[in-house]
Formats: sequence, structure tokens, C-alpha cells
Amino acid sequence: MARKRIGRSTLSFAGRPVIVATAAVAGPDEGKGPLGGEFDDVKKDRLLGNKSWEKAEAQLLTEVITIVMGKANLDQSQVDLLAAGDLLNQIISADFTAREFTIPFLGLFGACSTMAESLIVAAMAVDGGYADNVVAAASSHFDTAERQFRYPIEHGTQRHPTTQWTATGAGAALVSSMGRGPVITAATIGAVVDYNQKNINDMGAAMAPAAADTIARHLQGTGRRPEDYDLIVTGDLAAVGLPVAADMLKEQGLDLGARFGDCGLMLYDHEKQDVHAGGSGCACSALVFCAHIHRLLQRGQYRRVLLVGTGALFSPTSAQQGESIPGIAHAVEIEAGEVEAGEVKAGEVKAEEVKAGEVKAEEGNP
Amino acid sequence: MTKASKKEQQHFERLLRKHRPNPPVLRNTVTAFITGGTITALAQLVMNFFLARGVKPLEATAFTSAVMIFAGSFLTAIGVYDLIGRWGGMGAALPITGFANAVVSPALEYKREGYVLGLGAKMFVVAGPVIVFGVVTAFVVSLLRLLLWGVG
Repeated sequence: MARKRIGRSTLSFAGRPVIVATAAVAGPDEGKGPLGGEFDDVKKDRLLGNKSWEKAEAQLLTEVITIVMGKANLDQSQVDLLAAGDLLNQIISADFTAREFTIPFLGLFGACSTMAESLIVAAMAVDGGYADNVVAAASSHFDTAERQFRYPIEHGTQRHPTTQWTATGAGAALVSSMGRGPVITAATIGAVVDYNQKNINDMGAAMAPAAADTIARHLQGTGRRPEDYDLIVTGDLAAVGLPVAADMLKEQGLDLGARFGDCGLMLYDHEKQDVHAGGSGCACSALVFCAHIHRLLQRGQYRRVLLVGTGALFSPTSAQQGESIPGIAHAVEIEAGEVEAGEVKAGEVKAEEVKAGEVKAEEGNP
Repeated sequence: MTKASKKEQQHFERLLRKHRPNPPVLRNTVTAFITGGTITALAQLVMNFFLARGVKPLEATAFTSAVMIFAGSFLTAIGVYDLIGRWGGMGAALPITGFANAVVSPALEYKREGYVLGLGAKMFVVAGPVIVFGVVTAFVVSLLRLLLWGVG
């Protein structure tokens, strides 16, 4: 029997895997956004002196992994697993990044939900006692995504107001069995949800039902109410998907209120930057979580956060053949940790841990 | 069961209509008019230039097309035409400069995959359908004309 499961699809991490360090490297547009000052590095251009956008994306991911290991004072020989992914065919950014290291590598694809997916894989590996240090990472790049999913970069087309802007950048988190930092306490692996959306210019709509489904199942699994969280943040539902997901949850009696946010609406300055409905891509939630949310959890400004990575599962081929766009969402619950995580050995199951740390949501939702 | 039922889908579409913004049709029409108008007015100036120098009208149109194709290609190469297209929409896409942009932008983009399998194979990835169906349409129209009115 699976002892570490609560509810139908929620996992409980009693071993308290700790996110000891995070790193974020952003592209120029992301650097100009409101979180610009919080990134470890902001690139001046999107090519970084490389011959191709793909090489540039792999470089972003390589750099961010190097930075996060440095912040945690770990050498790559001390990292047991690299769980990473991106948006490109055969996840080449993660593959070619992993080539630069000697770390055992699991390549992940969850479309734009990859950061949450990699955090879940990392937490499972650590909590299961299979690893002490895991790097969870994800990247995306405006130009690599644009040329794969849409048009050549210099092609002059008008964008629909519901289209989103693929973020350029990479984020990485070092998940450890010991150390100080925010703790991953639970997660819900999402099921694929399909509401027959076919508009590739409106990803938010395609992903909103999956986000609502996963959030509802996570709350059910953990027995928590929305008020138990300081922030429930989706990956990239953006201006259309977020209110739709909020409405769907309200219909189930779950009013998330002002604590419900979206990384795609936090990454850019919507007044000044022409990003239409908001940000998207693996880097969207990776950058916002690794640069911003993790810091606020470290400072204790957030006590408990639910990060819900959202992904639209389609390829240009499936869309051209008239297939609908199924969505997926993975939820990761992270708490500001005050206990030294090493005190509880990884792998030990303590049911009461799940209830630990009841805090009021009013404490601050900046 | 994660594929929504018809009823769930209909309800979802209602929710979506509430939050989905409409494209700014009036604004897009105005910017397309200005952009397309400006490009074609410039082309007329070029044509007048040739006509004033004694070039025959039929040849002057060909010369003008060549100049406009060069202009569109050049603006694409220096990274300006995509900005014009983003603002001007169809007004930038429809004139021959837009066609040049549709050919040059993939040529630039896919050069990285080599001259044969990249540039050569993918140059017409955007403009290809226009050429194919343009030729097909021209053939059908000519055939109809031939059947209805005969040769001459």
C-alpha cells in the first residue's frame, strides 16, 4: 500500500525535502519586468553570443544549474539527480544541458508545467530516500518556442489579444534531504483534462480546467481550505485562463479570492510590455518561483504557497490535424520551514506532519 | 474521466466568453488601412519615378514590384518588418512587401539548419501555400475563361 499518499492523487512528503537554494537567469524582456532585480542574472540579448536560439536556451539552463549548485555549496559529484525539462522537441535544451554535467539525469516533459513537475520528482526522490540532493530545473526561450510552434521570428504577424509571450530564461531549485529553507510538504500530480479547446492562440483557456481540477483535488487530498494558503499561484494561465479557473473553482464552492495569482501575470509589466494576455513557457513559473516566491518563503513573508504548474499538451502537428489541446496541472505545496529539515530523516512517514503549520492567510499577500 | 462531456464543454464555453477579450477590430482596421495605404502609396511613387523616366507602363510595374520586394526583404533582414507587421496586421501582410517578408523570414530563420535542408527546404514554409493555391486558382479561372469564351 502506498503509505505516502493522502487522498486519491496527493502525495505527502513527511521527510520534508527542503529547497535549500534556487537560481534564476532571465532574458532581457523578463529583466525589464517587475521582478527584474530579483534574478541572479539578466541577459542583454536572447542569443547570448550563440549561433542558434537552441544553443542559447541550453546555455541559460546550464548557467542556472551551475549557479544553484554554487549557492548550495555543492559540487556536481554531490548531486544525485538532475530532473529537468523544456518545451522543445525531444527536450533538447535539457538533454544538451545534462551533457555538461556528470549528474544522473531524468528528462521531463510537462509543457509549461515542467518546473512544478521537476519539483515533484525531486521531492519524491528525496523523500523516498533515493537522493540527498536533487536539482529540479526548467527552461524556455521565446525564439525557440516561436519557431517551433508558430512562425519564423522576423515574420510580421499580428498577435491575438489572448496569445501569451513565451518567457526566456531558466530556473533551478536544489532540493535536499537536509539543510535550511522552504519545505515541500505535499504535491498533487495532475490528470490530463480536455475541454475540447482548439485555439492555439489561447493556451490559458485550454489549461484552466486542468488547473481547477488539480487545485480542487489537492485541497480535497490535504483537507485544507483556500484560507490555509498565503498564495495559490498557477504557472501561466494569464489574463484569460486565471479568471476562468477561478470561476470553475467557485462553482465547486472554493473561493480562492485575492490569494489566487498567476506567474504569467507577475513576470511582465503589462502597461509597458507588449505581452498580450501574459507570460507563458516553462521559464515563466520557473523564474517567478525561483527568483521571487522562494525568497518570500525564505523570509517568512509567505507561510504556505501552492505552486500549480500548468501545461498545454499539444504539438504543431496535433494542432494542424485538428486535435484538441489537453491541459495538465501539477500542484506543489511549499511551506516556509523553520525546523532544521535534517532532524527528520528522509523516508520516515509522519502523518501529523501534513497538518503542521496552520497559519492565517491574512498575514500578508504582497 | 478527464475528457469533458458536451454539457461541461458548453458550460465552459459560456465561462470563457465572459473572460475572453475580443480582438480590437476597429483599431486593427485603422492600422491596417494606414500601413497598407502607406506601402502602396510609396509603391505608386516608385512607379511614377520609372514612368517619368520613359519606362513603358508594363515594364514599370515589374520594376516597381522588384523595388518593393527588395524593400520588404531588406526591412525583414534588419529586423524592422516584423514590427510593422505586428502593428499593421493585414495592411503589412497583403502588399508584395509582406510576401517578401514571408519568404525572407523563414530563409533567415532556418539557415541555421543548413543551406539545403534548412534555407532551401523551408524558405516557402509560409509563402508556399499562397503560391500553390495562387497557381491553382489562376489555372481554374483561365480554364473557365477558355471554356466560356474560347481562345483569344
